[in-house]
Amino acid sequence: MTAEIVLQIFRFGFLLLLWLFIFAAFRVVRADLFGGRAGRVAAVPPRAAAPGKRKNKGPRTLVVTAGPLAGTRITLGEHPILIGRADDSTLVLTDDFASSRHARLTNRGGQWYVEDLGSTNGTFLDQQRVQGPLLVAPGQPIRIGQTALELRS
Amino acid sequence: MTGADPAPQVAGAAGAPGTAPAVPTRRGTELVMLAFAVVITLAAQCVVDITVTGSLRPELAAFGGWFTALWAVMHVVVRRFAPYADPLLLPAVALLSGLGLTMIHRLDLAGEQVGATATREDAPVQLVWATLGVGLFVAVLLVIRDHRLLSRFAYTLALVGLLLLALPAVLPASISSVNGAKIWIRLAGFSIQPGEFAKICLIVFFAAYLVDKRDVLALASRRVMGLELPRGRDLGPVVVAWLLSILVLVFERDLGSSLLLFGIFVVMLYVATERASWLVIGVGLFGAGAFLAYQLFGHVQVRVDTWLDPFAYRDEGGYQMVQSLLGLGTGGLFGAGLGGGRPDQVPVAKSDFIAAAIGEELGLFGLVAVIIVYLVLVERGLRSSLIVRDAFGKLLAAGLAFAVAWQVFVVLGGVTGLLPLTGLTTPFVAYGGSSLVANFALLAILVRISDAARRPAAPPVQPGPPQRAMLGEAPTEVVRP
Repeated sequence: MTAEIVLQIFRFGFLLLLWLFIFAAFRVVRADLFGGRAGRVAAVPPRAAAPGKRKNKGPRTLVVTAGPLAGTRITLGEHPILIGRADDSTLVLTDDFASSRHARLTNRGGQWYVEDLGSTNGTFLDQQRVQGPLLVAPGQPIRIGQTALELRS
Repeated sequence: MTGADPAPQVAGAAGAPGTAPAVPTRRGTELVMLAFAVVITLAAQCVVDITVTGSLRPELAAFGGWFTALWAVMHVVVRRFAPYADPLLLPAVALLSGLGLTMIHRLDLAGEQVGATATREDAPVQLVWATLGVGLFVAVLLVIRDHRLLSRFAYTLALVGLLLLALPAVLPASISSVNGAKIWIRLAGFSIQPGEFAKICLIVFFAAYLVDKRDVLALASRRVMGLELPRGRDLGPVVVAWLLSILVLVFERDLGSSLLLFGIFVVMLYVATERASWLVIGVGLFGAGAFLAYQLFGHVQVRVDTWLDPFAYRDEGGYQMVQSLLGLGTGGLFGAGLGGGRPDQVPVAKSDFIAAAIGEELGLFGLVAVIIVYLVLVERGLRSSLIVRDAFGKLLAAGLAFAVAWQVFVVLGGVTGLLPLTGLTTPFVAYGGSSLVANFALLAILVRISDAARRPAAPPVQPGPPQRAMLGEAPTEVVRP
């Protein structure tokens, strides 16, 4: 009799354990999606770690909004972001209208500037062709060939 | 600023709580989830032993230690060499392989109980295969430091894949044939299924090839009845893939690999070009091929007939299917409990029908839980595909993740009677060395891509170029505000 009860406890207990695992897995997925994707969480710790050093109020992610790489997100740090067809670019484009080193985004005191690196077909910020470094506001579309990018905070 | 450059190495080497890295690597989460998966596996082992034999077996401690060590090694390797990898890939696979080992052990016990003369223990063998799989996982992760390296060997891998795929077909049946399917290489008591490795090689090739050609395949099209139809000559690749899968079906009598390969190619084509017409063309081609195969080949007819009405053939080809359905029915919602059912009634329950065994002992709730764990694995793969920053990586991750999903769908469809039976194995769960080892390699590539995807954008992978770039940019930027 007791053995029977133990077996029933095992039976349902194990199923419960399995579903707890799934629950835990979903919590991780959720944290990844909302609680701060890898990207958003990413920008927070440096602020906490070095509060006095710099103010990080500016944009925190670079999002590809159109083109073959649409949906790609890049977490912005302090380092410049190279865009082009070259393999060592931060964002590697496979677009015939992109040059191998096409454009660069650089951080100056929390502001991001876009700069064309002598590309053949040009970089456009809000319809305007980029000549020298231009300040990019969040939500302003940057166009390179078929690809459109924007900064988001 | 330059001081931040070695940051990823620091995070990778230590990942210690004290030196919080700039971007969370989530290795701690992975460790907790891995521990959870190992605990569930050990609990399952205990439940099986107590239910079936009334006491824990003496080797359980050794098994537990070995199994835990495997995942500890993988965790440490990932922590060191792919610090930003997705935290759920490893735990999901740990749970799946743990459950698989437990079910195989449970079926070993059932064999002993019935008093079969040859009491072959398959669980320890599977554990050895898992160890080899972990070895391959580590090797792949160490050798391939950047997944883009793979695209350089795309055509070599295609050749290797085709050779592996074709090898069993040309070997004599005494070496390559098991139960009618010519997909094996059996040498000296050792049998491997090269098709499992061919799958990965071909996915890599598809990804590299489609990245090159997708513009042609996507742009040159005519619009017919709301569908973007490609030009006739652009149909070449899909027809070649179709012919290849038909050849596999004819010469290796393997419905599973055939369906798997063609499905993967069509979906990767769709992902690369964003044209739904490829899916329609693929389904059409497959339908035509399946109909032809049904008309021409006896073994396909048997499969389809037993699928349509297994109970009419219960004494011949449908026996397996009938036993599987009865087992699932016995399991009901909550299952008979681990060790409480009779999953050994289904022939080859350890490999092809392990899902039926899980369904019988853990019930619908247990089987759905297992499917959701697969879903988590696939979702993490597709998510890596979404956020990785190069087209090859995107396509490769999507292809690998889809391969797992498709395989699970086809196997479970077969076991539950939704689809005709195929000879595919349930990834990571079913008994079978090549499948397990190959899937660990697949996992390693996914981990590598997810590491690249989640790694913060800068500093780049190579420590050299950024330094030069920094120095080079200094004058230009200071001058113009």
